[in-house]
Amino acid sequence: MNGVIVTENLTRRFGETLAVDRLSLTVEAGEVFGFLGHNGAGKTTTVRLLNGVLLADGGAMQVLGRSPQADGPAVRARTGVLTETPSLEERLTARENLTVYANLYGIALSQIKKRVDTVLEMFDLAERADEKTGAYSKGMKQRLALARALLHQPELLFLDEPTAALDPVAARQVHEIITHLSRDEGRTVFLCTHNLNEAQRLCDRVAVMEHGRLLALGTPAELGQQLGGRARLEIEVAPGDTGQAADLLRSAGATEVRVEHDTLYAAGIHREAIPDLLAALVTAGIHIYRLTPVEPSLEDIYFAIHDRANGEVAS
Amino acid sequence: MNWRAIRAIVTKDWKVIRQSRSVILPMILLPVIILVLLPGGMGLLLSNLPSDNPDLTNMTSDMQMFFDNMPPSIAAVLDGLTTEAQKTAVLFLVYIFAPLYLILPIMVASVVAADSFVGEKERKTLEALIYTPTSDRELYVAKMLLPWILAVAVSVIGASLYAIVVNVSLWPMMERVFFPNMTWVLLALWVSPAAAGLGLGAIVLVSSRASTFMEAQQTAGLVVIPIVVLMISQMAGIVYFGVEMVLVLGLILWLIDAVILWYGARRFQRGELMARL
Repeated sequence: MNGVIVTENLTRRFGETLAVDRLSLTVEAGEVFGFLGHNGAGKTTTVRLLNGVLLADGGAMQVLGRSPQADGPAVRARTGVLTETPSLEERLTARENLTVYANLYGIALSQIKKRVDTVLEMFDLAERADEKTGAYSKGMKQRLALARALLHQPELLFLDEPTAALDPVAARQVHEIITHLSRDEGRTVFLCTHNLNEAQRLCDRVAVMEHGRLLALGTPAELGQQLGGRARLEIEVAPGDTGQAADLLRSAGATEVRVEHDTLYAAGIHREAIPDLLAALVTAGIHIYRLTPVEPSLEDIYFAIHDRANGEVAS
Repeated sequence: MNWRAIRAIVTKDWKVIRQSRSVILPMILLPVIILVLLPGGMGLLLSNLPSDNPDLTNMTSDMQMFFDNMPPSIAAVLDGLTTEAQKTAVLFLVYIFAPLYLILPIMVASVVAADSFVGEKERKTLEALIYTPTSDRELYVAKMLLPWILAVAVSVIGASLYAIVVNVSLWPMMERVFFPNMTWVLLALWVSPAAAGLGLGAIVLVSSRASTFMEAQQTAGLVVIPIVVLMISQMAGIVYFGVEMVLVLGLILWLIDAVILWYGARRFQRGELMARL
């Protein structure tokens, strides 16, 4: 098995419920891997399985070349986990919280103070390091929890909803940190989120989960292709040409056409059909000021994948 | 076993518990009431009563069954005393109070363990701990150590305080240091650590089902029932807190501890803890 994370038919049940259903995927070193899904999709359970915290009911997995089931402590020594809630001791200061975990992760005693100071500086918490964390804002708590996850410089970082409940400024800080960890430090990041803008901005590849099943896996562009390569178009035309242009768009296969002022918004056109459509518009004497193909967003892809999966289930 | 990690968790829990009123208050109030105020008040009362006061005879007449079945070793101790007040004092403060003392290690261990096991779950701080490289066994040992150490420390310090209070408050009547006797030395050093294990074991058993500190503590509080039974049994002349009885009681408690804690260790798996978060 190659890759930082490799799973094959990984399965976990809770009673009758399949929390993770035959999950097979590979995460490569240094990538930011988005693990997308609604609440209850199996994201957190997968993180627990990959860290040897929960035992699998079936399938195989390796994390950093080891089996989390057989060698949980050794795997967890090389991973860092940001849990959905910060999980901080609010009666202790930030420095005390970090010092406890420095000892638990086996950082050399002579290095603990230096390492704690470094991460406090990195996350802009040094000035309030000796205050009890109960007095911290949500953003500060999240940054401290992230600092704790990075304290022992893990090769693989699991982030479970890292920006949930954060204000936009705090969320942007966390995004910058994740980008820095991946791009500048080469760490592998396994990002569980249902924030699709976040995934689009940060992830090299994404997996879409629903009810424990893997629905799709690939780069956002690859997933867009899997949906049939249909594009959305924005076309700005001369006043008075919008009606004729809308007819031509429909005949070219557009599933939805909307007109706002002098701009037409069309969806569902195959990329291959765009040159012929452009030629037809020109031939019809329509004055075109702008034609912009808009790549599907991860949000478009995500909902299309879910709709397709639910359609299959319904049929 | 990674003792550095265990020490880190114990130190963390101690720092957290020190700031928790719901843990610290019972740890202070319980010994003060049971081992200082109660015996001190009784000692002062007896010291200031005339030795021929008829109330003294009334106090002991309700315990006729205790006297009827009394073992020779205890009878010899009481017979060696000259006044009714001395006999009443020794009867209550040395023998009748002995089972009451055992409530202390049980309660302290269960209160601290409830905060350590269930309080951590309630405060949502357990999840980060579970993702560390500590093994299940190390987590279990770390979580057991602090409640047990604190319970034993409070019990031994409490027994020492009790000895001082009893001797000082009864000095006018006894005019000598008569306490502790061998029974109490064994209670403090042999039985109370085992009783602490019982309180701890009760929390280990209820911790997986309890979702709050209060719920765990209330359920585990049922463990004091056998102690109350022991107290009533002694007054009814069924058992006596002599040296042999205390040695056997300690042995039984240690055996019960071993079974409960072994069972708890088998059930203490981070996966189970996680599933209940």
